[in-house]
Amino acid sequence: MADKVLMKGNEVIGEAAVLAGCRYYFGYPITPQSELPAYLARRLPEVEGVFLQAESEVAAINMVYGAASAGARVMTSSSSPGVSLKQEGLSYIAGAEMPCVVVNVVRGGPGLGNISPAQSDYWQATRGGGHGDYRTLVLAPNSVQEMADMTIAAFELADRFRNPVLLLVDGILGQMMEPVQLPAPTTYDINQKPWALGNPNPRKGGRNLCSTIFLDVEQLEEHNWHLYQKYQVVTDEFAKGAYKHLAVETHAVDDAEIVLVGYGIISRILKTVVEKARKRGIKAGLVRPKTLWPFPSQVLADLAAKTKQFLVVEMSCGQMVEDVKLAVDGKKPVFFFGRTGGTVPSDFEILNEVDKLVRPD
Amino acid sequence: MGKDVEEIIMAGFGGQGILFLGKILAEVGMAAGRHVSWIPSYGPEMRGGTANCTVVISTTPIASPIVQEPDTLLAMNRPSVARFQPKVKKGGTLIYNASLIEGEAWRDDLNVIAVPASRIADELGNAKVANLVMAGAYVRHCPFLDYQKVLADLPKVIPAKKVEMAEINRAAFVRGYEYQG
Repeated sequence: MADKVLMKGNEVIGEAAVLAGCRYYFGYPITPQSELPAYLARRLPEVEGVFLQAESEVAAINMVYGAASAGARVMTSSSSPGVSLKQEGLSYIAGAEMPCVVVNVVRGGPGLGNISPAQSDYWQATRGGGHGDYRTLVLAPNSVQEMADMTIAAFELADRFRNPVLLLVDGILGQMMEPVQLPAPTTYDINQKPWALGNPNPRKGGRNLCSTIFLDVEQLEEHNWHLYQKYQVVTDEFAKGAYKHLAVETHAVDDAEIVLVGYGIISRILKTVVEKARKRGIKAGLVRPKTLWPFPSQVLADLAAKTKQFLVVEMSCGQMVEDVKLAVDGKKPVFFFGRTGGTVPSDFEILNEVDKLVRPD
Repeated sequence: MGKDVEEIIMAGFGGQGILFLGKILAEVGMAAGRHVSWIPSYGPEMRGGTANCTVVISTTPIASPIVQEPDTLLAMNRPSVARFQPKVKKGGTLIYNASLIEGEAWRDDLNVIAVPASRIADELGNAKVANLVMAGAYVRHCPFLDYQKVLADLPKVIPAKKVEMAEINRAAFVRGYEYQG
């Protein structure tokens, strides 16, 4: 194992992609993720890969579509407004079932917003984002180390399910440096996917085709239900615990009278809140969804039987809170606290909310 | 081994090497076997206004790397004092660049240390190493960083292409460490 190195989150995603066998990156710079393309612009040529700064985000995501069709491990990255531009291509990629990794280092919106950290793209990430009935897997790391581990996991999941996988990271994680232990490189063979272009397909007249055009009504309906069934398989495998290490983290929940729920950088602030609350005699616990789709609903459903209430904290006006409410299913009250516009809530103000809920007098 | 967690905010003009100063402290903290985190301000201030950076050095894994009340403030210019002095923890440490900051109203519940970092850097012939003077001053007042070890690690932390630069870096760090008002 290599020694730990101090690296920036954005750069770690780039290095982890290379270690996962990704040799193609297409993107367009935008703060707060520009260190990622900058890193790969230098790094990919060293491993005979292709780095291409496209003329736009729209072009970049369609280049990803092309490289994925050819069987390559491929990545693009952007931040919120740029990821909005990629949604059309993402819909095509999901429809054509092309594996790829898309990184969103989230900043404030809507519109141009600002470059400060935010979590307001949760709905866009977990609900598809583009048009049509489709899903993308969404991973949400909370440390630089996890940005390495989850980037590699994202490529594996993408290939496993022939589906785009999103890495949802906020601006702080992208910008921060922490020690990271980089994993060993994996070798990836571009010719290993039988469905990819260039490989023979006896059933379809001799050659593979990667397409989203189904002009025939019956054919498209069949394709839609096929995708649906695939998403069911993804959900089932996560629910059965096949990706336990990737799905969810819990902390001090067994005796918790209030369960805090948060992902990404917020989950780390919440851990501090849990520690401080317990020092005050408040039995607080933490659930951190690490995978946002499929959402780790069962853990929350189980806790609904034990705890008294939930408090969801996000850097948005309240998006993931809807998934928590669906999971808790009305069995216990679910409250929300959020800050937006680039404001990161302090542990003080969250602790204050916890206090108010636990001791309403 | 000293205290468990040390939270540091450093701030100054863009171009004073604030983010790099933070990186140096994170690297030496890591070399001392501690958990570390480094968060820059990455906003428009990067383009010439004020820059600040947060470093946490901890014996245990760092939960929240966001710092509300730092133990220590390293202030390189006046706006940094105005912005961050009120946030420093009671009984905390404030080290300031006395070459550019004077006449401030200092809190009486802080350990306030004046270091003429810019003047020392100028004397060494390179205004850019004022951040290393501050790093030296910080190590002097940090309860758990070992001066000799940090000095030995310095060339790894700041790879200098030229020998003269490596010497100036080292001299700036030593002058900061040895400075007594």
